[in-house]
Amino acid sequence: MEFDLQDAGVRELNQALHADTAANAQFSVLHPGGKHNVATGAIHESTVDIQGHVGYYCAGMNQNATINVQGNAGPGLAENMMSGRVEVQGNASQYCGATAHGGLLIVHGDAAARCGISMKGVDIVIGGSIGHMSAFMAQSGRLVICGDAGDSLGDSIYEAQIFLRGSAASLGTDCVEKEMTEQHQKELAALLQQAGLDYDAASFRRYGSARQLYNFNIDNVSAY
Amino acid sequence: MTKKIDISWLRESATFTKPVIREIQRAANEGIYDIRGAGAKRSIPTFDDLLFLGASMSRYPLEGYRETCETEVTLGTRFAKKPITISTPITIAGMSFGALSAPAKEALGRGASEVGTSTTTGDGGMTPEERGHSSKLVYQYLPSRYGMNPDDLRKADAIEVVVGQGAKPGGGGMLLGQKISDRVAEMRNLPKGIDQRSACRHPDWTGPDDLEIKVQELREITDWQIPIYIKVGATRTFFDVQLAVKAGADVVVVDGMQGGTAATQDVFIEHVGIPTLPATRMAVDALKDMDMHRKVQLIVSGGIRTGADVAKALAMGADAVSIGTAALIAMGDNADEYEEEYNALGTSAGYYDDWQNGQDPTGISTQSEELAKRLDSSLAGRRVANYLRCLTLETQTLARAAGKSNVRNLEPEDLVALTVEASAMARIPLAGTDWIPGQGGRY
Ligand SMILES: Cc1cc2nc3c(=O)[nH]c(=O)nc-3n(C[C@H](O)[C@H](O)[C@H](O)COP(=O)(O)O)c2cc1C
Repeated sequence: MEFDLQDAGVRELNQALHADTAANAQFSVLHPGGKHNVATGAIHESTVDIQGHVGYYCAGMNQNATINVQGNAGPGLAENMMSGRVEVQGNASQYCGATAHGGLLIVHGDAAARCGISMKGVDIVIGGSIGHMSAFMAQSGRLVICGDAGDSLGDSIYEAQIFLRGSAASLGTDCVEKEMTEQHQKELAALLQQAGLDYDAASFRRYGSARQLYNFNIDNVSAY
Repeated sequence: MTKKIDISWLRESATFTKPVIREIQRAANEGIYDIRGAGAKRSIPTFDDLLFLGASMSRYPLEGYRETCETEVTLGTRFAKKPITISTPITIAGMSFGALSAPAKEALGRGASEVGTSTTTGDGGMTPEERGHSSKLVYQYLPSRYGMNPDDLRKADAIEVVVGQGAKPGGGGMLLGQKISDRVAEMRNLPKGIDQRSACRHPDWTGPDDLEIKVQELREITDWQIPIYIKVGATRTFFDVQLAVKAGADVVVVDGMQGGTAATQDVFIEHVGIPTLPATRMAVDALKDMDMHRKVQLIVSGGIRTGADVAKALAMGADAVSIGTAALIAMGDNADEYEEEYNALGTSAGYYDDWQNGQDPTGISTQSEELAKRLDSSLAGRRVANYLRCLTLETQTLARAAGKSNVRNLEPEDLVALTVEASAMARIPLAGTDWIPGQGGRY
């Protein structure tokens, strides 16, 4: 099915994606023109190919669908995604993958601030670098950064894991470097392969929670 | 032998009252601020400071029990394909599973459904018990997004985007580790036993322009079927309500400072936000200013206890009200039968507000299975339904006395204010005068 967003509305596209007929169907989206909420709330195992740039919340709450963006994505890309695969060839703006529970999110370019904020189980792979406060309060899942990270990486992180190839401008409160075991390397290598990226897993460092802030303690007050 | 002291001779400081002294001592001992449940305890202007002018020579009343007085309200008529119609203008406010036990959530659903009104999820997501027992369920969309998933979103009868709460506008939340059972931990994707912080801001939008796009996203995902509410804590209410309307809300919920909470710092509960009374006035003014009054419905909450509170809120222009604390009390919270256990917790029936710590002897604000078992959800549901029916009858009684065949026909003209403060805040004339302090001013 082809949707030219110069003529059709985002509503028609999303409605079609939610219909039972979307199962195993292929969608081609032309002239997205930075529109918001393109391909949000997909439910079925559809393939959506978006040829151009998208605005806010593209692929929001995605379930099962494979969504490709041949361009850049605005804020909130794949927010609260549950499953499926979302792949952006260009860059992504703020809070990409926010609160996402599952699936695989790949950004081949850079991602802006707060990438993976409050993530709850998703795997996020960023080919380039990410902005400040990324993985803030990240609960679970994996965030892989092939470039560098901005300030306060992993601030107040819970059980999510961060794999960083370059360097972080600074680590956030309660985020520390952790041992990278062979098992971690193996898992990371598999994830990189899934994302179609050809980096050596051994060149990454692993970060996670020091778990010092898990239960309120007045002696840690300066950290809050 | 110690001399017996007659304390009536001693002068208590108005600055350092006994509770203030106690709190300083507690802070010095424990080194942490006081976190508690419930709402502001200080005295503030409320709906009690307004009175109804019953019918008289120029207005005639309706016969109680004979002449009908409609109570049905439809919420979400602006954009939603399926607005919610409730048979009484009193809804159950959002209270999280986590803060409340599973039987408590089920009881609220049962009670609300029995009288044909809606109940609301809370931080922590939707439980099957709650969905199953609630004929109309509003699904909260909160900054933490704990348990948030599109399947539940589609199962909801409405979505409530929570920007703030009256007890803590600008504040997040904290579910203390001792209340995190396996089930709560799993629903929130976090390990058991650790404090669960709820962020104070949404993770993927900032400001009203972003919120407008977020609301569209939620509509797209739910195919424009169900209403979207926006809930704000009462602060800059005039502007907040206008911005919520601009962001595309079908319904705006305004929660005053005395509104209850499950767990918030006492300093926050007592010192941030404005009371429900002025907030109601500002919200109605904001809607009228945009010609959106009754097109976007207004729900007010915070300290609603009686049919008089309901009727006064409606008379000032609200479409419905919402209750939290009162529904917990109706289920059995603070009941005398648990006096001994309350004493063991260092408190007494009528004063218990430690809803944050999980030791609630009534089984309401706890995740202990042992304690939760004490709450019979069908009996507690019945009590909630009884209470909702009483509130509805009281509201109708007052509306009939003012000659109204529909509770929503109550109007500001039916009211007078008892105090200068209430008059100024509600913009209702002081009883016996036609005077409203500061009339003509702007916020
Ligand atoms: C135990 C408890 C838990 C609450 N949890 C939430 C919540 O999860 N989300 C929310 O928006 N408000 C929450 N609230 C606030 C209520 O939705 C509502 O605004 C407030 O209770 C209204 O004031 P009232 O308690 O005086 O009726 C909670 C209140 C209580 C008492």
